[in-house]
Amino acid sequence: MDLNIAGIRLDVTEDGYLTDLSQWNEEIATELAKKEGIELTDKHWEVIAWIQEQVKNDVALSVRGIKKSGVIDIKQFYALFPGGPLKISTKIAGVPKPKSCI
Amino acid sequence: MSDTKVKKMLFILSKATIENVYAAFVMANGARMEGIESEIFFTFFGLEAIQKKKLEHLHVATVGNPAMHIPTMLGGLPGMEAFATKMMKKEMEKLDMPPVGEFLEILSDSGCKLWACKLAVDMFHLKEDDLIEDLDGVLTIGDFYGRANEEGTQILFI
Repeated sequence: MDLNIAGIRLDVTEDGYLTDLSQWNEEIATELAKKEGIELTDKHWEVIAWIQEQVKNDVALSVRGIKKSGVIDIKQFYALFPGGPLKISTKIAGVPKPKSCI
Repeated sequence: MSDTKVKKMLFILSKATIENVYAAFVMANGARMEGIESEIFFTFFGLEAIQKKKLEHLHVATVGNPAMHIPTMLGGLPGMEAFATKMMKKEMEKLDMPPVGEFLEILSDSGCKLWACKLAVDMFHLKEDDLIEDLDGVLTIGDFYGRANEEGTQILFI
């Protein structure tokens, strides 16, 4: 699928996840966040950077990992990305949808 | 967001075997991760999962559980439950499944409400102090039905 954001054509999955992280930039993240009804703050960016780091290091993402991240706690995580935080934050971060059940 | 019609999941956990407790926890947490509300009502033996002194000592059932593929007579031998539980916990840790106490913290932090059943609390003579700090309260079953207050609520007995 294609998605037009900030004048750029992006390759995305059916669920709207970028298939190529190299297409990602901060402007795109801001637009993706807007689609989710989220205005990105410094804390959001910190979480996004942490998520991208995990994915680059091949670490599977889970809510337990968030708890241990040292970047954010679970309560804040739900507050920053309401309505399914791991799914939404990964979408904005331009990484694949997590497959974890936990 | 998915297009699920489920808006709220209410779980009644009546057993304290590891497999049942984790089934409830994984589903309750999974609901929150999808933006679905979730709550757990701990009743009868399910209360063991929220008792400070017991929650890290739950066992898998080795007797009366054909899927364990252990002959029932052997399953009843001393130490069998402990052994099978240890093996299962090892496998769960490999999948990054948190221990019961940590899982309860995750659930509470995720906004999953945790309730104890009043009748069962009275029956087992439990005090507030015996139960985890993250507990949201002690409810009657009537109160719990009252929590099913919106379209798209499902109640599941485990």
